[in-house]
Amino acid sequence: MRYAETGFNLEIDLSSGNIEKIETDPKLTELHLGGLGTSVKIHWDRVPPEVKAFDPENLLIFSSALLVGTPAYSCNRTIVSCVSPQTDLLCYPMMGGFWSAELKYAGYDKVILRNKSPKPVYIWINNDKVEIRDAAHLKGKGAVETQELIREELNEPKAQVAAIGLAGENRCFTASIEQSRSSASRGGAGAVMGDKGVKAIAVRGTKDVYLARGAEFMEHMKEVKAYIKFRNENPLKDVMTILAGIGSPQEMLHTDEKWHVESFAWGNARERRKNFWTKEIEESWIRSQLSAVKRLISCFNCPQQCGALINFGDTQRYMMKCFSKLTYGMAAYVDNLDFSWKICQRAFEYGVDSFSTPQILAFAVELYEAGILTDKDFAGCPSDKEGRFFWLLDRLVRREGIGDILADGTYWAARKIGKGAEKYDHNTIKKHEQMNIKLGMMDPLYYLMFSTNEKISITQIEGNWPQVPFATKEAREDFVKDWPQLPDEKFKQYLLNWEPRGEYANPYYPTPEIASEIVDWMEALHNIDDALGFCAGMASFCLKPPYHLHNYPKLVSAATGMDLDENGLRKIAGRSRNLHRAFNNRRGMTRADEKPPEDHWKHRFPEIEENLLTTYYKFKGWSYDGIPTKEKLQELDLGYVAEDLEKRGILKDGQN
Amino acid sequence: MAKIKKKIKTIRVDADKCNGCRACEIICSAFHAEPKYSSVNPARSRIQVITHRLRDIWVPVFAGEYAEAECLGRNKYVIEEKEYDECTFCRASCPSRNLFKEPDSGLPLKCDMCEDEPPQEEPLCVQACLNDVLIYEEREEDVEEEVRPEDLETGLKLLVDKYGPQKLTDTLIRIAQKG
Repeated sequence: MRYAETGFNLEIDLSSGNIEKIETDPKLTELHLGGLGTSVKIHWDRVPPEVKAFDPENLLIFSSALLVGTPAYSCNRTIVSCVSPQTDLLCYPMMGGFWSAELKYAGYDKVILRNKSPKPVYIWINNDKVEIRDAAHLKGKGAVETQELIREELNEPKAQVAAIGLAGENRCFTASIEQSRSSASRGGAGAVMGDKGVKAIAVRGTKDVYLARGAEFMEHMKEVKAYIKFRNENPLKDVMTILAGIGSPQEMLHTDEKWHVESFAWGNARERRKNFWTKEIEESWIRSQLSAVKRLISCFNCPQQCGALINFGDTQRYMMKCFSKLTYGMAAYVDNLDFSWKICQRAFEYGVDSFSTPQILAFAVELYEAGILTDKDFAGCPSDKEGRFFWLLDRLVRREGIGDILADGTYWAARKIGKGAEKYDHNTIKKHEQMNIKLGMMDPLYYLMFSTNEKISITQIEGNWPQVPFATKEAREDFVKDWPQLPDEKFKQYLLNWEPRGEYANPYYPTPEIASEIVDWMEALHNIDDALGFCAGMASFCLKPPYHLHNYPKLVSAATGMDLDENGLRKIAGRSRNLHRAFNNRRGMTRADEKPPEDHWKHRFPEIEENLLTTYYKFKGWSYDGIPTKEKLQELDLGYVAEDLEKRGILKDGQN
Repeated sequence: MAKIKKKIKTIRVDADKCNGCRACEIICSAFHAEPKYSSVNPARSRIQVITHRLRDIWVPVFAGEYAEAECLGRNKYVIEEKEYDECTFCRASCPSRNLFKEPDSGLPLKCDMCEDEPPQEEPLCVQACLNDVLIYEEREEDVEEEVRPEDLETGLKLLVDKYGPQKLTDTLIRIAQKG
C-alpha cells in the first residue's frame, strides 16, 4: 500500500495514442518526495539536453504532489514542467485550483505527456478510464470557456479541467494553462501543451488517498489550524497590509494599493509614480473593485480568499488571480481600475501569463514611441492607451503581424526587431520577463535570488525573510520575539543587526555569508512546498507562515510512514535543487547567465556582487561556474549526475 | 406512545460565506474512514459543496435519507437571479443522481453529525470550516418515541430491495464459507 501518494503515473504517448498506468518506484519518493522533486528526476532521466521545447521528445508533466489530497490545508498545487520555449531551461509553472487533488483521487500522481497529437485533442481521465478525445470543436475557444464546455459535454460538473486558450494553441511563449481560479503561467508551458495538440486535460476521481498514521497527522494539523486562525486574527505589525497576513497577497480583499502602485514600476517596468495614490484614485479604485468582485474564493482545501469571482458590467464572468489586477493597468499607464477587470477577462480566455504579457505590450508601445516600430507595424491600432493594449493583445495571441514577433517575449522579439530594440528588453533574467520592480540600492539577498534561482521568477523564491529592514530597533525586537519558523536562533541576530542605512544596511549587509544562509533557507522552503504541493502563500512566500521546516517533517512522516526529520527534509530539498541545476547546466546554463536585470537597481556594486555570487556558490557546493561539484553531488546521492556532467565536460578536473 | 426529549442537531449553512474550498468534504471522508483518518476521498463525503463557479453557486448540502425512487417531479430554484440546477437543495441519496453514494458499492451515505465515542465537540465539517459557513446548533424538543431500525438493518434492507432476499442470502453464505 502506498501512502499519501497514489504510486501511479499516467504515461500518454500523444502520437500513437497509447495510454499506460505505470507504477512508480517508492524509493524515488524517499529520495525526491513528489511534485517538482520527482518530476525533475523524470526530466533528468528522459530528456537529453539536445531536446528543444517544441521537439516531440520534450516531456510535458502535470504533477500533483506528495501531500495534495490529504487534509493538510492549502495543499493543492499542480506543478507543470517542461523545457521552456522562452528560456530553453526547465520551467515549472504551478497552479492552485482543484485539478491536482482530483488527479490524486483518480489514482495518479502525474500525467506525463510525450510526442505530439496529429490533431487537436483533449484528455479525459475518469478514474481508471482514460480517453483521448477529439477537440476540433474547441479550437480557438477561450481557456475559461473551454473548461465549462468540457464539463457540459462530459455531463460531469465535478470534473476539473486545465485548458489552454488561443495563446497556447498558437505557441506564444507566454501562454498559460488556466484552471478554475488559477493558472500555470510562467515559462510558456501552455505553448508546449498547444504544440503537443492538447487543448485540455479533464479529470474526475472518486478513489481514496491513504494516510499512514492518520490520527497523528490530524493532531499535527490541529496546531496548524490554530496558527492559521491566530495569524488571520493578528496581522503583523510594521509591514505593508499586503504582507501582514497569510495566503497569497489578498488582492481581492484589500483595496489599499498605495504600496504596489507607488513602489512598482509602470509601463515596461520603467517608472515609479510616487504620488499616484491620491484620495480621488483611492475612492475610484475602491468603487471599481467593490462593483467587480462578486465573491471571494479560494483554491482546494484552503481557508484563505485570494481569488474572486468577477462580474463587471457586460464582461463575461471569470475568476481573478491576485496580482493580475494591477499588471495590465500599470503597464498600459491606465489610471482607471475598470480597465483591469475588462482586459484580464480577455487575457485569461486567451491564456497568457499576467506578468510577462503586459510588459511585452508595454515594450511594443515603447518601441513604437521610439520609432523602432512604425505605423506600418501598428496599422489599425487605436490610439488610446486602453484600445492599444487590447489591439496588441489580440495580435500577440493570434501571432498576427507584429504580434507574431511579440509572442516570443521581449528578449527574442527585441533580437528579431533589431534597430536598437535590444535596449528595451531591460527586465528579463535568462530571457524571462520579471516583476515590474526597479529600486535604488543593490540588495544582497535579492541579488542572489534574482541571479541564481531555477525558478527565474522572484515571487516564487523570496518569502520568509522581510523584504526590507525594519525602521526601528523596537520593531526589529518585536518581530523576532515570536518567530518559530526560523531554522536557527542565530537568524534573529541577523535581523536585529539589519538596518535601513549605514554599514549594517544594503549593499554591505547582510554579508555574503549571511545572505547565503538566508537565501539557502528560503529557497529550500520553496523546493519543499513544490514537492509537497503547498501554496507558497501559506508557507515559503509569506512572513511567519503556518507551515515551516519544523512541522513539515512531522506531517510528511505521519502521512507517508517515512521517518523524516529536518535534516532529512533539507537534504531532499538540496537534492532536488542540485538535480534541477544540473539539468540546466547540461543545457548550457552557467555563471555568465546568473545576473539580475542591469537596471534593476540604480546603485550597483560589481565587486560586492561578484563576491556575493562566489560566496553563495561555495556555500552551495558549486564550482566557480555555478556547477554542482562532484563532492556535493555524491553527498546528495547524485553520483550518476556527476558522472554525466563529467562525461559531457561540464564538470572538469579540479572542480570537485 | 410516550413523549421523550430529543436533541435536535442543526448545522446552519451560511452559503454566502462559502469560498468553495471543500475542506468540509475532505474532513468528513477522513473522519468516516475505517480506521478513522486512514484515508481521504471527497466522493465518500456526506457533505458536498454543489458548485457552479461562474454562476456564483457554492451550496454545501448534507446527505439525508435514502430514497428508493426519485420524486415524481423535480424542482428547480431561481433565487436572486441565480438559477440552481434541479434538486440542488435536496439531501436525498436517490436514483436520479450520483450524489451521496459510496463510490465503490453505490450504497447510500447519510450525515450522522459525527456521532462518536467520546462525543465530538462539533461535527468535523463545522470544525474544519474556518470561514464560519457551517455553524452548529443544538436544542431539545419533546417528540413521540419511535422505534428506528439500526444501520445494519437499513443497509441489508436496501440490498434485499436491490437483489432480492435469495441472492443476498446465497451471497452471505458464500462469503461466510470463504471465511
